[in-house]
Amino acid sequence: MTRSQAAAATVDPPPADAGPQPERAPDRDRRARNRLHRVEHRWALLFIAPPVIGFLLFTLYPIGFAVYTSLTSWNGLGPMRFVGLDNYVALVQDEYFRKSLWNTFFYMIGIPIGLVLSLLLAIALNRRIPGRTAFRTIYYVPVISSLAAIAIVWQFAYNGDFGLINQVLGWFGINGPDWLQNTATVKPAIILMAIWKGLGYSMLLYLAAIQSVPASLYEAASLDGANAYQKFRSITLPMVRPVTFFLVVTNIIAGAQIFTEINIMTPTGGPEFSSASVVWYIVRKAFKYQQMGYATAMAIVLGILVLVITLIQFRLNRRNSFSIE
Amino acid sequence: MTTIPVLRRGGTPAGATARQQPANRGVRNESRVTNTVLFIVLALFAVVMLAPLVWMFTTAIKTKTEVFALPPVLWPEVPQWDTFVRMWSEAPILSGFKNSFIVATTVTVVGSLTSAIAAFALAKMRLPGKNVIFLALLSGLMIPYPTIMIPQFVMFSRLHWVDTLLPLIVPLLFGNIIMIFFIRQYLESVPDSLIEAAKIDGASYLTIFFRMIMPMIRPAIAAQFILWFMTIWNDYLAPILYLNSPEKQTLQVVIANLNVEFATQRDYPLIMAASFVALLPIVIVFLIFQRQIIESVALTGTKG
Repeated sequence: MTRSQAAAATVDPPPADAGPQPERAPDRDRRARNRLHRVEHRWALLFIAPPVIGFLLFTLYPIGFAVYTSLTSWNGLGPMRFVGLDNYVALVQDEYFRKSLWNTFFYMIGIPIGLVLSLLLAIALNRRIPGRTAFRTIYYVPVISSLAAIAIVWQFAYNGDFGLINQVLGWFGINGPDWLQNTATVKPAIILMAIWKGLGYSMLLYLAAIQSVPASLYEAASLDGANAYQKFRSITLPMVRPVTFFLVVTNIIAGAQIFTEINIMTPTGGPEFSSASVVWYIVRKAFKYQQMGYATAMAIVLGILVLVITLIQFRLNRRNSFSIE
Repeated sequence: MTTIPVLRRGGTPAGATARQQPANRGVRNESRVTNTVLFIVLALFAVVMLAPLVWMFTTAIKTKTEVFALPPVLWPEVPQWDTFVRMWSEAPILSGFKNSFIVATTVTVVGSLTSAIAAFALAKMRLPGKNVIFLALLSGLMIPYPTIMIPQFVMFSRLHWVDTLLPLIVPLLFGNIIMIFFIRQYLESVPDSLIEAAKIDGASYLTIFFRMIMPMIRPAIAAQFILWFMTIWNDYLAPILYLNSPEKQTLQVVIANLNVEFATQRDYPLIMAASFVALLPIVIVFLIFQRQIIESVALTGTKG
């Protein structure tokens, strides 16, 4: 159907002004082409208008608005009172902000652990192991599962009395703590869940990277008498470096914005604010205490942090691609 | 080395390959042992990976006393299948499903189309300064959502859109820059001459897009569409900010609220049943489109 319609479009006679005609004078020729280009420009502009408008309306304007709001004292409804950098000064002195920032960084301990585990998994699954497709699927299911539902299950699993974790520990005679109610265990508990959730994703990217390594490299290394560890050290690891880098940076960017797990598993920010993240604190300040100016100042600080990380990624990625080519 | 006839099976040609086979055999034996060990490790690990999800399911069909029983009950004596029935009437799960479906479908269908058209224009049409525009759009990716969520919230509350689905839908209808990026890359491989030829034949740009480009980029769109759908379906932060009344909430907010509401009454089977059902649609979609999803994830990551 579509093909015959496309064919019909092809048979249509070309419009009189389409394409340069050899017998025309050169300037008439150019004018015709200019007109055609103008038509093309207009259509192209129309086609890219939606994302451009969306960008202006829902990204650029909000940023300007955020920068201004962060310099005011505002409850979101009444008048905005300009206070200059007061919010930022208050931020530096805010013990809770410092704590939430510290917690947010602390959660990132999970990133290297997750990467090492997923690389090992990927290497294992790159071999001809029976049922490896099934394994890949199983490891990937947590990735696609909704974080809200997952957080609920894990919250229950961490319950001190009848949660899954302590039940399993009980088989070995270990009396586990009430994980999420304990300042010492709440962050590790959330990290463990995050590793579990993200493992499949990094495993998949590593697997793709490993499979794109030319087999000849390994063969050459074998001929030279390299053992498995040497091959891993000098072939696999360098070849997957771009993926490692990509994962480190995207994980840091995502980690800086951690919210859902915190809000569902520890709705009050954990014992003594020990699990509260920056975004969790922003949401609380903005929508519970209506301190829009102050919350926006925090959001701007967060935005700058993420921006810096992203710029580093672009910088180093450029160097990466140079070294490959 | 002498060739051992037994090794020449499965139509392996004699000669060079056959001569390597004794060595190969050693490797294969060794790797068979390693593979068995690895298989066991991977299987144990798979159990750990699946345990929370399986436990979610078994908890849903336990009685309330079994949930808190010591020693723990692994499988309920009489599975309470009716938890999956009563949750629909005791909680606004159905409306949660409906709302999530409305948001995710509208956004991904319309947004994919606008993204694809924009990607086509950016890749294949003449427009002065289009690369600058593209870079500007890309720079928007560096802005984390929490940074602009408060201004956006103020904007939408002035439009009286709070507690409607509109704030979750409208901004995303304008296209998804990651998808634009992806499709633009994909279109690089399409020769310009094809499009020039269509233009000379008098096809309009809309015709070129819908008749020529769309069929070509269908795989790219499909992969991105599914990934985007999953993201929207699983989104929690924006919905929790905007949706207050239970009948307007998306599924993720509904189950998160159930967790708060029913946890004190210890109705864990209900919470687990709802959480389990919330996972199902996406897991099913994943199992069906596994190939495309895995390929496009792998592609995005390695190209990144």
